[in-house]
Amino acid sequence: MQEKINEIEQQIDEAVQDVQSSKSLQEIKLKFLGRTGKISELMKNMRDVPPEQRPSMGKLLNALRQWTEEKFNAIEKRLKDIELKKRYSDEKIDVTLPGRAAADGAYHPNTLVVNELVSIFSGMGFEVFEGPEIENDYYNFTALNTPADHPARDMQDTFYLAPELLLRTQTSAGQIRVMENKKPPIKILSPGKVYRSDDDATHSPMFSQMEGLVVDKGITLCDLKGMLDEFAKKIFGEGVKTRLRPSYFPFTEPSVEVDVSCFECGGKGCRLCKGTGWIEVLGAGMVNRRVLEGCGIDPDIYTGFAFGMGVERIAMLKYGINNMKLLFEGDTRFLKQFKG
Amino acid sequence: MKAPLSWLKDYVDIDVSAEELQAKLFSCGFEVEELINIGKDITGVVVGEVIECEPVEGTHLSKCRVDCGGKGIFQICCGADNVKKGIKAPCALVGATVYATAKDHVTVEGVMTIKKGKLRGIESEGMLCSGAELGVNGDMYEGGDYCGLLLLPKDCENGADVKPVLGLDDYIFDIGVTANRPDCQSILGIAREVAAALGKPVKEPDYSYKAVAGSYEKIEICDLAPDICPRYIGHYVKDVKTAPSPLWLRKRLALCGLRSISNIVDITNFVLLELGQPMHAFDLRTLDGRKVIIRRAENGEKITTLDGNEFELNSENLVICDDKKPVALAGIMGGLNSEIKDDTAEVLFESAKFARDSVRKTARALGQHSDSSALFEKGVNEYTTEHAISRALNLIQTLKCGVVTDVHIDITTENSRLESKKMTVSVSKINALLGIEVPAKRMAEILKSLNFGVTLKGDEMELTVPRYREDIDGYPDIAEEIIRFYGYDNIKGTFLPSASITNGGFTDEQKLQRRIKGELVAKGLYEISTYSFYSQKDLDMLHFPADAHERKAIRILNPISEDLSIMRTTLAPSMVNVIVRNLRRGNMEGRLFEQAKIYIADELPVKTFPKEKEVIALGLWGKQDFFDLKGIIDCIAGVLNVKFEYAPTEKPYLHPGITAKILCDGVEIGYAGMLSPEVADELALDRFAYIAEIDYDKLKKHAKPFKYSPISKFAEVTRDLALTCDRAVTCADIENEIYAACKFVTDVRLFDVYIGEQIEKGKKSMAFKVTFTPKDEPIEERVDGFVKKILSNLKFKLNIVLR
Repeated sequence: MQEKINEIEQQIDEAVQDVQSSKSLQEIKLKFLGRTGKISELMKNMRDVPPEQRPSMGKLLNALRQWTEEKFNAIEKRLKDIELKKRYSDEKIDVTLPGRAAADGAYHPNTLVVNELVSIFSGMGFEVFEGPEIENDYYNFTALNTPADHPARDMQDTFYLAPELLLRTQTSAGQIRVMENKKPPIKILSPGKVYRSDDDATHSPMFSQMEGLVVDKGITLCDLKGMLDEFAKKIFGEGVKTRLRPSYFPFTEPSVEVDVSCFECGGKGCRLCKGTGWIEVLGAGMVNRRVLEGCGIDPDIYTGFAFGMGVERIAMLKYGINNMKLLFEGDTRFLKQFKG
Repeated sequence: MKAPLSWLKDYVDIDVSAEELQAKLFSCGFEVEELINIGKDITGVVVGEVIECEPVEGTHLSKCRVDCGGKGIFQICCGADNVKKGIKAPCALVGATVYATAKDHVTVEGVMTIKKGKLRGIESEGMLCSGAELGVNGDMYEGGDYCGLLLLPKDCENGADVKPVLGLDDYIFDIGVTANRPDCQSILGIAREVAAALGKPVKEPDYSYKAVAGSYEKIEICDLAPDICPRYIGHYVKDVKTAPSPLWLRKRLALCGLRSISNIVDITNFVLLELGQPMHAFDLRTLDGRKVIIRRAENGEKITTLDGNEFELNSENLVICDDKKPVALAGIMGGLNSEIKDDTAEVLFESAKFARDSVRKTARALGQHSDSSALFEKGVNEYTTEHAISRALNLIQTLKCGVVTDVHIDITTENSRLESKKMTVSVSKINALLGIEVPAKRMAEILKSLNFGVTLKGDEMELTVPRYREDIDGYPDIAEEIIRFYGYDNIKGTFLPSASITNGGFTDEQKLQRRIKGELVAKGLYEISTYSFYSQKDLDMLHFPADAHERKAIRILNPISEDLSIMRTTLAPSMVNVIVRNLRRGNMEGRLFEQAKIYIADELPVKTFPKEKEVIALGLWGKQDFFDLKGIIDCIAGVLNVKFEYAPTEKPYLHPGITAKILCDGVEIGYAGMLSPEVADELALDRFAYIAEIDYDKLKKHAKPFKYSPISKFAEVTRDLALTCDRAVTCADIENEIYAACKFVTDVRLFDVYIGEQIEKGKKSMAFKVTFTPKDEPIEERVDGFVKKILSNLKFKLNIVLR
């Protein structure tokens, strides 16, 4: 028996000597360990072994079996490692090849800015109100304390559709519609298109504004400043400060122009801020008493503030767009850069 | 508004630099848009005395030795005809910068640096200068126009910088004045603000004059339009001697960009600049009947203004007339017939207030604008109207160019503003608006520095508003005056400590609109924004027939150009234009969308608010087809939780075989199709383009909220059916029939279409994958029955058989 075992062991050693693949190893394995394999045959022959020899024979056979399995396992592991390594090297790709194009749409820069502004201000409790673009003289001017002979009407050249109908020149027109229908507390944000008869390198006859209005008891100029500080930080970055300076709008008194400290140079002076360290971003002020009165809100009980900014201006500042016309041309080479 | 520093110094003792003053003005609301240092290009030019001067033989040159005091004595070669020993002239040293002039010795061609050089072999260390080379003309400095050397007074110190001598150390502040402050459209107005900012008093101009009493021939003034001419003052000056103005007056006008004409005219212009009150001087001998009548023009009446332009007038225009004819366009320009001439002996000065919108309308309608009309449009105040006439008369006496009579005719009307406004404001209310505590005493100080009369009584301030401050209306205006000078730096941010909580954000409808945008971006489209107006030509481009409803567009009464003259009734032309532009720029493929309004009037011309309808436009071009477009449109349906159906339709600009109307719950909500080859050819497009428009306002009404429908515990079953049918049968016909035949069908998907030899002529084969979804029990065993039912229905209704 021992001879047979030795013989098998020798056969196995010979058989696996040149084995190259786990597939041929598998075949060899079957030859010895398979149901009809040589070791299995020996096991079957145990029946013919005298009973007293069986335990020792069994031990020998089991040892053989174990030895064989371990041997095969070891070889198999080695072969698999080799094969895996080969596969890894065969399947290696050039990871710098281009990715397969997925749909790549983009919002218009104005939409990106409006969405960002809305998310900032809606968190502060502002509702969004979108008024009509075609307005009458009353909502666009008269109710905003700009009667027919008012010099401020010259500040903005208006497109007229009929003697009383015009393309709104400011989203402030929407303020009145809200205040007529809603009593304080009011906090609204009014984005939309506005129109002025201006067409040159820095003006477009159509552009977008975002108007904010707060009316409540005890609203102060300091509150306006606080809110705009918050806005400036969120839109242009932490550390950006605001500065108020006197200005004039018929529908606010006092009126202010709001500058932000230059986010490009940190206020030291650069090309963007024309060396001043400050960038003009919006107009604002305390809502004029006459405007509140006209809407049936008692200015002795309520005060408020309003601010308005050009959406394109914010987009141009934020994204470094150097020409306003680009925003209205629809050139895909421009549009695809705004995957915000 | 241009204000020279040297002029402002007449009224305020300015002891800060131009830059510091600029900062002060900025913080009180007057932005200096440009600070012009008028001598900025001139450096290194000093007073030089010619101590030796010999002509250079055979040339026009002189070899001079020039004593420049502490700077040294230099040999300079000079070609001017007025160079001689003993004169003093500006001397540009080596390294100095002066203006280079053209051959005419007048036209400035740039700035040059003086170098040591040789003229005709003679060394020259510098240059003696003319006025033009220093940017000085005859109005800035006597002799400045002369083509030779600019001669300087003998008492100038040799070697001293010439800039202070010539006034080249001056600055001009170009100031942006807001529309509420017409009183600051003047040197004095700015000076008042400067004084308040510096905490110094204002020295008012001299308004005094001595009238010579006498019995003069009667002059009559009659205001027939008190509504638009609330105030008119006339004053008679006799024995007028017109002559050139003295240098100081010419210089002031020149610094502000006005040309000197003659003393009388210059006086009116000087007062316009100094006080902001436009004035006019009539040659009295030309006024028929010695009468001034202020009235609306008669229709068809004509006037020729000073600049020689003739205008036909109508009753909208205010004119100043004599007994017979118009002699001035009120507030805009005088008539040629009554202008001041060299031999004018009698003058009637006019200082008046005309209504802002009247002047504006006339100036616009006639296209005739002047410094005078600009001021009237901004608004003048009667305090200034009164003072301007006195100031002009004072100047007549200063210049000794006429005899001021006591004929002073002041027409006041019920619209005149003669009184100072009085008001009482509350200190605490002002502070409540500002949100800070400004001490009452400080408030009073600030207001006093602005010439308000102030009486402080506890929390109340009784104020007398300066008459020139017509903008002051209520306590917020006072609050603004205070914070302007108290300083906006004192406003510290707070965060609505007393306001109520409000609920912010988008409405559901706004959210839906944004979800659609989001979906389109996710599907690879870029969002565009185009103008809301275009022209009828854009509608021509898309072959809209004359009677198409899209042609009924609202016209802008005053468009910038014909290209931007009508409000959009469809977004298609804008989308096509963008596609064309992209292709011309080499962007050969793209997917775009725009969400914008179209404007539909009930009647034209428009009288009432038109409908503003929200529309979504899609545009695809390049390697894409109709079904790419349709797939995107179906995604919009998905956002609204609705299903779209499609049926063939036609549009003037789309391919008649590749165009569908889009239906939602049976209602037409838009269209999609391929740009017709005809239009594409006309636009020279070499790629196919696809356009869709969806009426969002119509569509949104069909939106359904999402709800989860439970997933069946039992397996879905699918069957593939290959059908043969007539070519005319559409995919939608078959789909609808399959859905109708069995309520368990949840999806019908076409996966193959075949037309060819394997099949009977005139027929086509279509293969569908049909999904059956069970509800409460398994359906595997029933599916064969369902299929049988489907097939028999298809056979019966559409003559379709299994292939």
